[in-house]
Amino acid sequence: MAEVVCKPTRESFGIALCEMAKTNKDIVVLDADLAAATKTSIFQKEFPERFFDCGIAEANMVGTAAGLAAAGKIPVAASFAMFSAGRAYEQIRNSVAYPELNVKIAGSHAGISTGEDGATHQCLEDIALMRTLPGMVVLNPADHFEMMEATKAAINHVGPVYIRLGRLAIDSFNDPDTYKFELGKGITLHEGNDIAVIASGLVVNEARKAVNALESEGINARLINIHTIKPIDREIVIKAAKECGQIITVEEHNIIGGLADAVCEVTSSECPVKVTRVGVQDRFGYSGPAWELLEKFGLTENNIGKVIREVVNNK
Amino acid sequence: MADNAQLRLLAAKARLGAIIGTYHAKSGHPGGSLSAADVFTYLYFNEMNVNPENPDDENRDRFVLSKGHCCPSLYAVLALKGFFDWDELKVLRHVGAMLQGHPDMKNTPGIDMSTGSLGQGVSAACGMALAGKLDQKDYRVYTVLGDGECEEGEVWEAAMFAAHHNLDNIVFIVDQNGLQIDGTVEEVAGLEPLDKKFEAFGFEVAKIDGHNFDEIAEAFNKARETKGVPFAILMQTTKGKGVSFMEDQVGWHGKACNDDEYKVAVKELEDEIARLEAEL
Ligand SMILES: Cc1ncc(C[n+]2csc(CCOP(=O)(O)OP(=O)(O)O)c2C)c(N)n1
Ligand SMILES: [Mg+2]
Repeated sequence: MAEVVCKPTRESFGIALCEMAKTNKDIVVLDADLAAATKTSIFQKEFPERFFDCGIAEANMVGTAAGLAAAGKIPVAASFAMFSAGRAYEQIRNSVAYPELNVKIAGSHAGISTGEDGATHQCLEDIALMRTLPGMVVLNPADHFEMMEATKAAINHVGPVYIRLGRLAIDSFNDPDTYKFELGKGITLHEGNDIAVIASGLVVNEARKAVNALESEGINARLINIHTIKPIDREIVIKAAKECGQIITVEEHNIIGGLADAVCEVTSSECPVKVTRVGVQDRFGYSGPAWELLEKFGLTENNIGKVIREVVNNK
Repeated sequence: MADNAQLRLLAAKARLGAIIGTYHAKSGHPGGSLSAADVFTYLYFNEMNVNPENPDDENRDRFVLSKGHCCPSLYAVLALKGFFDWDELKVLRHVGAMLQGHPDMKNTPGIDMSTGSLGQGVSAACGMALAGKLDQKDYRVYTVLGDGECEEGEVWEAAMFAAHHNLDNIVFIVDQNGLQIDGTVEEVAGLEPLDKKFEAFGFEVAKIDGHNFDEIAEAFNKARETKGVPFAILMQTTKGKGVSFMEDQVGWHGKACNDDEYKVAVKELEDEIARLEAEL
């Protein structure tokens, strides 16, 4: 078993950016008065001359990033997901996605696990917003090692990328010695044909624990980690639908517009199967400690296991 | 009307409430809550026409905390004014609590607008002021924003709108505590000269010490007398005011006291409260 690293993915992102910037001189990083929180501060410390704090002005930050990219730089624009993907959505659409500029948008403190700040800061719609933009790559890594690799892939990919970062420190589950990140490719973490569980982001590890625990009850679930929500790995989804017959999606996002819909878009045209959606059920969040909220919103091992059991038993 | 001694006492209690709330929440924003505690106190006890028995009265004056993260001291002032129980502060930001991490107009009596995303509250305040004009009501609208918040373009869109529509029933109050998250406001963005900017946008401007109740009173009186243009009060304050180790410290923007810090902060504020009570 590989060593478990407990880190928030925003930190892994900051570390990876720094590593990349050592050899890639075109990388410039922009933040909007949240450098300490998004962890672009790690980059700022090492490369102050390539770091720009735009102040609390996200729309201008994204527009500036577009201009930097048009002039040959690789700008990374970071804020909380609510304010990068959310506040600056239309700048991203018209100044980044439409001209296909090489801008990387980072959205930190995404999801319900933002915790105590409450509904105004818990972005549950960023993936939906970013996913509908033509040409936008949407990444939602699940642990430290995956985030390190995903950040590098985001920089190396030429074109707009949205990358979702979490606030909460979470345990890693991937083994850095064998882990391989391929943009647009899902990863099967557990084999099984009773049901396919397709998860993304922070909840992958929760789903993994649930799936492992169900083995002893004789339930063999297939678990697929989707780190790239767009372009989604159609092949792995179709295969899962065909071989398992039913799918459960698990995400820390509104069940509308995110992973669930991305999966359903594939199955509905290629292999219609029943899809049960675990996620935030089209409502706003509220204040509370992160793990308490994850529990309340049914995004931890307990509830995921319960849903898998119910679906399999009613198949 | 509360006199200055009473206001000082209420403000000290509001500061204590902000420390109690954020401590129990193990999170939140003490720095900007403390810098704005005096103006919140003045607004609710001497300036605004509000009634805790009828918080939704359509003729009431409105308040929008555009820098929504500074709600802990606002909640404390609302509790002191009688909108809800003081003990709500002890479950601030807990699961199921009425007092959310950022103001929630649907569930908290006395909160007129849901805020937390910087720059948006001022626009909503303009909308309320415009509605007042349309309905020929004489209520007034007050909105407090941060100096860092003034970096948002939306603030200036709202300022342009307020002046263009001659909203003389609105007061923008900028809490110039000089700090945001990533450093001083001047380091990050270079906001000055802020008075000239608001004047150029068509505002009447008053620059005051935001911890001096005489100056606060004078500015609000002047705002009331100003006709035809919107009014901006630029108040110089100290972020973290009232808790010695928080004053002027950028690191106290968004974190709560640990147990030891809490004891020190509570002692300082309780001593101040005892001193002010003795003076009454
Ligand atoms: C649109 C938006 N961007 C970023 C944030 C995150 N944020 C919360 S407080 C803050 C700094 C605010 O500084 P200032 O306005 O000076 O407030 P104060 O010093 O009074 O606390 C930031 C960047 C936010 N709440 N909203
Ligand atoms: Mg400030």
